[in-house]
Amino acid sequence: MVDAVLDALPDLLRPAGSDDVVAGVPARYVAAPASTEQTAEVVRVAAAQDLAVVVRGAATKLDWGLPPRRLDLIIDTRRLSGVVEHAAGDLVAVVRAGTTMEELAAKLAPQQLAVDVPLAGATVGGTVAANASGPRRLLYGTARDLLIGVTVVRPDGVVARSGGKVVKNVAGYDLGKLMTGSSGTLGLVTECVFRLHPLPPATAVVVRRVDTVCEAGILVTSVRRSQVVPSAVEVNAPPDGGVELAVLLEGTPAGVEQRAAGTQALLDGEVLPEPPDWWGGYPWQPGDIGMKAGVSLSRVPEALTAARAAAERYDVSVTVRGSAGAGVLYVGLLGATPPEVVTGLLDELRAICEHAVVLTAPPLVRDRVDVWGPVSGLGLMRRVKEQFDPDARFAPGRFVGGI
Amino acid sequence: MSASVESSTSVQGSAATPVIQALATRLRSDIGGERVISDRQELRTYECDGLAHYRVTPALVALPQDTAQCAAVVTACAEAGVPFVARGSGTGLSGGALPHAEGVLIVTSQMRRMIDVAPDDERAVVEPGVINLQVTRAAEPYGYYYAPDPSSQQVCSIGGNVAENSGGAHCLKYGFTANHVTGLTVVAPDGEVVELGGRAPDAPGYDLVGAFVGSEGTLGVATEVTVRLTRAPEAVRTLLAAFRTIDEAGAATSAIIAAGVVPAAVEMMDALAIEAAEAAVACGYPAGAGAVLIVELDGPEPEVVAQFDQVERLCRDTGAFEIRIAADDAERALFWKGRKSAFAAVGRVSPDYIVQDGVIPRTALPDVLRRIDRLSVESGIRVANVFHAGDGNLHPLVLFDETVDGEAERAEAVSGAILDLCIEYGGSITGEHGVGVDKARYMLRMFTDDDLDTMQLLRCAFDPDGLSNPGKVFPTPRLCGEVPGRRKGVHPLQESGVAEVF
Repeated sequence: MVDAVLDALPDLLRPAGSDDVVAGVPARYVAAPASTEQTAEVVRVAAAQDLAVVVRGAATKLDWGLPPRRLDLIIDTRRLSGVVEHAAGDLVAVVRAGTTMEELAAKLAPQQLAVDVPLAGATVGGTVAANASGPRRLLYGTARDLLIGVTVVRPDGVVARSGGKVVKNVAGYDLGKLMTGSSGTLGLVTECVFRLHPLPPATAVVVRRVDTVCEAGILVTSVRRSQVVPSAVEVNAPPDGGVELAVLLEGTPAGVEQRAAGTQALLDGEVLPEPPDWWGGYPWQPGDIGMKAGVSLSRVPEALTAARAAAERYDVSVTVRGSAGAGVLYVGLLGATPPEVVTGLLDELRAICEHAVVLTAPPLVRDRVDVWGPVSGLGLMRRVKEQFDPDARFAPGRFVGGI
Repeated sequence: MSASVESSTSVQGSAATPVIQALATRLRSDIGGERVISDRQELRTYECDGLAHYRVTPALVALPQDTAQCAAVVTACAEAGVPFVARGSGTGLSGGALPHAEGVLIVTSQMRRMIDVAPDDERAVVEPGVINLQVTRAAEPYGYYYAPDPSSQQVCSIGGNVAENSGGAHCLKYGFTANHVTGLTVVAPDGEVVELGGRAPDAPGYDLVGAFVGSEGTLGVATEVTVRLTRAPEAVRTLLAAFRTIDEAGAATSAIIAAGVVPAAVEMMDALAIEAAEAAVACGYPAGAGAVLIVELDGPEPEVVAQFDQVERLCRDTGAFEIRIAADDAERALFWKGRKSAFAAVGRVSPDYIVQDGVIPRTALPDVLRRIDRLSVESGIRVANVFHAGDGNLHPLVLFDETVDGEAERAEAVSGAILDLCIEYGGSITGEHGVGVDKARYMLRMFTDDDLDTMQLLRCAFDPDGLSNPGKVFPTPRLCGEVPGRRKGVHPLQESGVAEVF
């Protein structure tokens, strides 16, 4: 049987298999290009044949967002892998998008890309596309802060770069920031240039368990006001009550020892060599409901209290975890939680937080709740999408406002 | 960079056109007569920013007091099809706020309210005309400060910082304006007021705050800015190390970075820059130094103590013949005085000079400095070097005397050749001064047509009519009608006879 799409690029395209599905929507083809040039070739064919495209890395977050309105082609980035350049003296690395974060970490030691990896096996490209982050964002920021250059294949197949290989650079628009967190709706990032940091010679964790979120809130504030300069201030509030607070300190051996002692005194806590087991992971399992909320720092205790009160009122199991020191909280609910309860909790969170979104949920829930909530600047975002992807072929419908 | 008065761009403009007269009438009624300037003499006081050899008199100046008035001005411009340029304190060094001769200059100097200082949120919300240092002053009583500290921080505005993504000596450790702005109220080029981001991080949707910061006024006007406040460090220690050669100072910088230390700042000056600073402010740097390095560490006391010893040892190991350690704030200020006065100080050793701004990978520093030296020898044009050595940001000061025949042109050529060197070594044509009008022509040396075309897709999304600070950043504007996608059927405007496809 003649297939115009497969015939166009027989070496790079194959028919989709039963696993080549995005949020329940099956693809027809899969492409696995190994270079920016090959990626551009694939994308040009997709443009010519009007194929809807979803970019896939390690698929750790492929169930995030809404299902694509249509899907023809999955572009798998895992062959686009490897560290192109590690300029250690300049604290910069050029990395292909399909490289896993773990592989990158191994290559860069004793330096690092200071972005935590909540889901093991994630690729660099997926991390950037989802703007995934973890506890140490408090000190280092997120991918948007560390990405200094980017190579993108636009939906029309044109290859474009912005930024460069130097940290300090204000020439032209910073398209890396636009791409970070865009969920693959504006094009395909093939290569990233990152600012690196040295791995700290010493680390310590100070933990303290308290009974109420109110106490936890007071302790978080006291750490922020202190001079210990934590790399992370995390809370974990599991369904069974109590709140655990964990503070990460990084630096020289002598410095960390003194700062850990200071933090221990401040919290009346305990110094551990390693973080607790919940550290840096999302508070949900595959098939569960996962939310992310951004909240101004002074209202973190209120958000924690509201989540716990809602759990009691609806009699459901809720875990809240996240970067209390940075104003980012993750909320996990069991997959069987009724949609109206999810909506109720979202409403309460949105009344306190600046935003709360559902990152992942089973179809029954996802289809019946407002996963994004109000999005400010949506009109401009739609215009950006129309410029980059006028035919709405890249991850159509996956992102805010139907983008 | 244009080097002499002869080559300056000077547009005097003519009498106001009917469009401008009608716009002036509307603006007077919308925001008040006292906030609209149309008198030619008064308009001329706004003819340039910090890069004074480009001069253009704007057709009108508007001085809105708040977001609503700013939106009224932009809306009126959009409806009249008149370009507008936003200007803060006018200290920019790339002509980014150079007025448009047929346009409105929107001056934010009456928008100086500190809307909220919220240490509990580690944020401040300010209007764009607020001076950078004032944010720190307002946060200091709570133990916080605003980290980005461009050299002009006593006079430059937050709105200008947002436009230029300003850095400063301490951005090696703390990052740039883009890393410290979490929310913006923006008047889009069609006059719509849009809230982007907020106090909390990671707002859903595209990171339009990140895209806006550093867009040099081409995507609209920021009228409220939410910035991070950073906890003031417990300890700050500063040393000044003198080396016989620039190579030794460069080696010290590399050794410090290689040791895993991230100093708050690493600044370098060469012999000619030191000579100028001494002549101007008598900073008393060690005699006979071919280069001085200022290294500042800050953070928790025990960390600073541990790393400071290491830095001192690395400086000695790489050949420092004298190391001074600031005993107190006054001595630290003296170390910095020489460095911060360097630009103005070269006026003492040369009648005219060009301040260049380029970036190279830090490790290329010795090579690039040798190449700059060769350019200097070959052209007979002296170059004083001042840099943010930690992040490879060069500020060569190209010295000349315009009364000497041909010298201005040779200085101009050397200045341009230095940018070519930056590109050759994989760097950038600007680290912090911006592209503006001054370096738009260099953008094609650093980026391809496709790169620039892609950047302008963003421009077209915000400003399809190209009214917001036109002529800056990009060497050639993109016609936003040309959407590069597949065409499906006939465009409705074409069908109705309003537009034709060319």
